[in-house]
Amino acid sequence: MSTTHPTEPHVPELHGHGDTHGHGTRRGYLTGFLLSVILTAIPFWLVMTETLSSTPATAVAIFGCAFVQIVVHVVYFLHLDTRSEGGWTLIAFIFTVVIVGITIGGSIWVMYHLNTNMMPMMPLAGSR
Amino acid sequence: MPEHSFLKTVFGRLTFESFPIHEPILLTTFIVVVVLGLGIVAALTYFRLWGYLWKEWFTSVDHKRIGIMYVILGIVMLLRGFADALMMRAQQAVAFGPNEGYLPSHHYDQIFTAHGTIMIFFVAIPLVAGLINFVMPLQIGARDVAFPFLNNLSFWLTVSGAGLVMMSLFVGEFARTGWLSYAPLAGLEYSPDTGVDYYLWSLQIAGIGTTLSAINLVATIIKMRAPGMTMMKMPVFCWTALCSQVLAIAIFPVLTAAFFLLILDRYLGTHFFTNDMGGSPMMYWNMVWIWGHPEVYVLVLPAFGIYSEITSTFTGKRLFGYSSMVYATVVITILSYIVWLHHFFTMGAGASVNSFFGIATMVISIPTGAKIFNWLFTMYRGRIIYELPMMWVVAFMLTFVVGGMTGVLLAVPPADFVLHNSLFLVAHFHNVIIGGVVFALLAGITYWFPKAFGFKLDPFWGGVSFWGWVVGYWVAWTPIYVVGLMGVTRRLSHIDDATLQPYFVVAAVGALIILVGILGTVMSIVMGIVRRKQLRDVTGDPWNGRTLEWSTSSPPPAYNFAFTPVVHDLDAWYDMKSRGYQRPMEGYRPIHMPRNTGSGLYLSALALVFGFAMIWYMWWLAALASLGLLTVAIGHTFNYNRDYFIPADNVARTEAQRARPTVAGD
Repeated sequence: MSTTHPTEPHVPELHGHGDTHGHGTRRGYLTGFLLSVILTAIPFWLVMTETLSSTPATAVAIFGCAFVQIVVHVVYFLHLDTRSEGGWTLIAFIFTVVIVGITIGGSIWVMYHLNTNMMPMMPLAGSR
Repeated sequence: MPEHSFLKTVFGRLTFESFPIHEPILLTTFIVVVVLGLGIVAALTYFRLWGYLWKEWFTSVDHKRIGIMYVILGIVMLLRGFADALMMRAQQAVAFGPNEGYLPSHHYDQIFTAHGTIMIFFVAIPLVAGLINFVMPLQIGARDVAFPFLNNLSFWLTVSGAGLVMMSLFVGEFARTGWLSYAPLAGLEYSPDTGVDYYLWSLQIAGIGTTLSAINLVATIIKMRAPGMTMMKMPVFCWTALCSQVLAIAIFPVLTAAFFLLILDRYLGTHFFTNDMGGSPMMYWNMVWIWGHPEVYVLVLPAFGIYSEITSTFTGKRLFGYSSMVYATVVITILSYIVWLHHFFTMGAGASVNSFFGIATMVISIPTGAKIFNWLFTMYRGRIIYELPMMWVVAFMLTFVVGGMTGVLLAVPPADFVLHNSLFLVAHFHNVIIGGVVFALLAGITYWFPKAFGFKLDPFWGGVSFWGWVVGYWVAWTPIYVVGLMGVTRRLSHIDDATLQPYFVVAAVGALIILVGILGTVMSIVMGIVRRKQLRDVTGDPWNGRTLEWSTSSPPPAYNFAFTPVVHDLDAWYDMKSRGYQRPMEGYRPIHMPRNTGSGLYLSALALVFGFAMIWYMWWLAALASLGLLTVAIGHTFNYNRDYFIPADNVARTEAQRARPTVAGD
């Protein structure tokens, strides 16, 4: 890589024409598609047939399916693994997960406390 | 009346009353702007410069030209934002007791909103983006950024956003809701006019530009470094640029989402941020500050990078503690994401939430403090050359440390309950933004100007700029700190207690001293152009620099480097110089380059029309503009004529010319 001869520059091409690495196989896409369909059908089935008697349980099940769905998309469609782009894809993904976690978790935490602390004020605010 | 409803269909909310012909201040400004604008258009036509500007600049995908255009946009908008500041200072200096001042509160509120919005979104962001755009690819030895067309599009989208804000001056009015347009005040119920819509659409359009530009810059740093330049051999400015732009990618979608929900509230009658029907205005605060606090670091991290490059160059030493600088930058990147609640401690989230965010805020000052010590130790026993950029660094350290300390003070929740929304807070963030970001940008412009144009800025007027800004800053903001501590709140157009007037008069004098500094900045460019023959840099390395941008000519050729440099050490150019590097004069090869395109400008112009149509409820025009956007975007994908090769002969000729002095614009 680090040749000292100046006439052989290892310039990355400005365009990605014909740059096809990291694309999946037909088999991978089919597996991903089938899993996605199943994971989408389960929540519909749960809601339409009311198989789980309690609403919170249904909600938890839907969230569970959604989470697995995310993993399926990331692995089969976005081709996330430890090797591609020298590991940058994985680092970017982990960073995104952390940031999204902070954003959503933090917001829920903040708004939950706000709600708890400020709820006694609500009737007052309403009567103004 | 059918005719009336026809006009409504065509022009939406736009009527003759939308034009502020009855307001003398605005009318005078409008006339001056029109006369100046026509003058510039006439001059450009007379000197036949339109073709040149279009071919060489507006449609350019060259990162250097786009960087320069970003900086020009930032300086122009700085003049507008500073005019707002002067008006506020003048109003606050006189409006005491019976005197109501010269600005009605309706107008004053628009001015402070426009000032904040413009200074952050259309001055600080374009200047930072411009410097990164210009410098970073040169520092990593690249030919251009990863996506040259996207770069051009990002720039013009930012211009479209700025254009919408400027339009609000003369067509309708701007928001009166503060620079982050808090709900529920920014909701339709309390702000039914066009102001908030101008705010939202201009920032949505500019925000897309900023996000795309951040993606582009990150991809460039990760994928296009010269061979041998590992991450830990990358210049500090590139590291800070990387972290800053990674943050920008993470936060701008949050702002876009918050604004989008507010747009839904205002246009479709949803209730995300309203007081009733299950809406929560505090969720808006929560979301805009998840953007807002990291945004401070998006701006200040590259500023730290600029100071690092300058300190190391003008002390003739390698930066002290390079790796600690890198780790401090990365730590700040992560920590900046968990401090946002300190902007609304008083909201009522309670002790546990407040203490978490208070402590996190105090912790973030540790890596920042470490950086200050790194710069001090770099200077320690160095051969310090007090050229203008280095003077900015020293002024920054003296000024910024005070801002940092008041910041830590504000991070203590009980103290914040006293100081929330006071002028103390306003003084604090002007202290860190002016002392941290603006000083860095002015230092960076002075430092890299000879690289961009082939001659230095005029040193006398540069000195006027320096002393004006530094002295002006202290005179303007010290009294504001004091009255803030005494309890004066922000955004007041009139104050009852006349004993406070002397403080505000001093602050107004300070603002006038800053005006001298700003005129000095402009004059240093003008006089630099006038005296360019004396100030010329023929070496390409006027400051005895250490990083790769100084290894090419000033201004650099379109392809930056005839041969991609090979990096063996940190401070690659210093390493090359000390090993007796000789520039190869033969064996050139054709260079693959991206071709200019007007698509970015067309798309942005259509985005501007779309924004304007949405603001004024001209639905047919909005539909037409979005159709146009779609057509041009798809049409651009069929443009296969995107690249070309610079023949080896041309490269040889350009490189041979480097021996002879050339000046941009001659």
